[in-house]
Amino acid sequence: MDNLQILKIAFYGASISLIIVGLYAVITKRNLIKIVLGLSIMDNGLNLLFITIGFVNNGTAPIFSPLVMEKYKTVEAASQVMVDPVVQALVLTAIVIGFGVTAVALALVLRLYRHHNTTNIDEIRNLKW
Amino acid sequence: MSTILTILVVIGAIVLIAAALFAVHKRDLVVATVATSVISLVLSLFYFLLQAPDVALTEAAIGVALTTIIFIVTIRNTKRFED
Amino acid sequence: MKKLISIIFLLYIAYQLFVVFYAIPFGTDEVRSKVGKFYLEHSPKDLQVANTVTSIVVNFRGFDTLGEVTVLFLASTALGSILFRRREVHTRLSHLRTSVEASSIVRVTGRILFPMIVLLGAYVFIHGHLTPGGGFQGGVIIATGFLFLLLAYRQFTIDHKTIMWVESLAGITFAGIGLVGIFMGKTFLENFLGVGKLNELISGGIIPLIYIAVGFKVAAELTGILDTILLISITVDETENQTEKNG
Repeated sequence: MDNLQILKIAFYGASISLIIVGLYAVITKRNLIKIVLGLSIMDNGLNLLFITIGFVNNGTAPIFSPLVMEKYKTVEAASQVMVDPVVQALVLTAIVIGFGVTAVALALVLRLYRHHNTTNIDEIRNLKW
Repeated sequence: MSTILTILVVIGAIVLIAAALFAVHKRDLVVATVATSVISLVLSLFYFLLQAPDVALTEAAIGVALTTIIFIVTIRNTKRFED
Repeated sequence: MKKLISIIFLLYIAYQLFVVFYAIPFGTDEVRSKVGKFYLEHSPKDLQVANTVTSIVVNFRGFDTLGEVTVLFLASTALGSILFRRREVHTRLSHLRTSVEASSIVRVTGRILFPMIVLLGAYVFIHGHLTPGGGFQGGVIIATGFLFLLLAYRQFTIDHKTIMWVESLAGITFAGIGLVGIFMGKTFLENFLGVGKLNELISGGIIPLIYIAVGFKVAAELTGILDTILLISITVDETENQTEKNG
């Protein structure tokens, strides 16, 4: 196996296992904070999956800095070696929105704790308000 | 990428999966939160290696600092141990 | 039993996902989308912006970013309305932060580091079109600085009215710059200023202006979220102390 294949297995394997481990926490755990933690882990895995899809081996970041322009001279030549910028722009916004979602979810957990005095989802279901 | 970076990526992937399993398995929620911030740290390094410095900067600031602090404040106001 | 079934189910999903993504070519040139190539060629030529990610976020998909900042605003508003039932609780507790003081090392370091963190954040969002970074990253860094002060000084308060003003002004600036494009006879968020030269600070037309506005907006929103969620911890402390005294 060459380097590129090992990298492919490592990046895709890491991102898919993050998604699956997060999903496992969401399905089986009964603690609300643990569920939000699992959602946050899933979020991270999806972001890594997106960035991995846009990667180009031996490429550079999509920034036309003076050093890059000096090396490749023209914009066309420089843009041939750059990684895909679209996925990076998408993930950039997704991370910030993910933080907002986590904050609102934790606020709901706090409110439920104040109301029911527990963070266990089964006990909350049994209380029936 | 060169061989050294490939080895680094493989080690990072193992750390990532181990930290995720640890975070889900551990009953102490504060320790689990710190494990997720380790995930964010390794991911930030990965984004840098995948030539995405913009995303690496965001992940380092949000994943390591802000997400950890809101989780810890919530745990402090509720129960620390999962039952 | 339930756990075992879910583990088998999830392993099957993981296997299928891995097979699908293993079939996609990785790291070669063919993986890049056509729209990505279009952006890479047109960002330095038409807009003279060095950082292609910035030009996508602010110019090519500027409408998207406006929606995203709105979602963040909704998140910070929802947080306040979920956690506080009455308005007076909020104002009554904002001068109560004197219970525990952090150690002197944290306080002195916080005082010294805070201006530097804010300076770094401002640098990151002003140079968003030249170097990695931009409004989102700079705003998050500035919010981290405020978080440091909130942790170090318990009597440090953030005026929510100031935050609201900064946030609204930044949002109005963003939408106003977009509307000027319509008044110039073009589309919403049209780049109506001169684009300048590649890799100079004043280049890219409206892109630096919008990213500075986004930086202020994100910093204000995240500081508001952190202040709300830290204030709630003090609320719980105070009520615990009162019940202990009473009981």
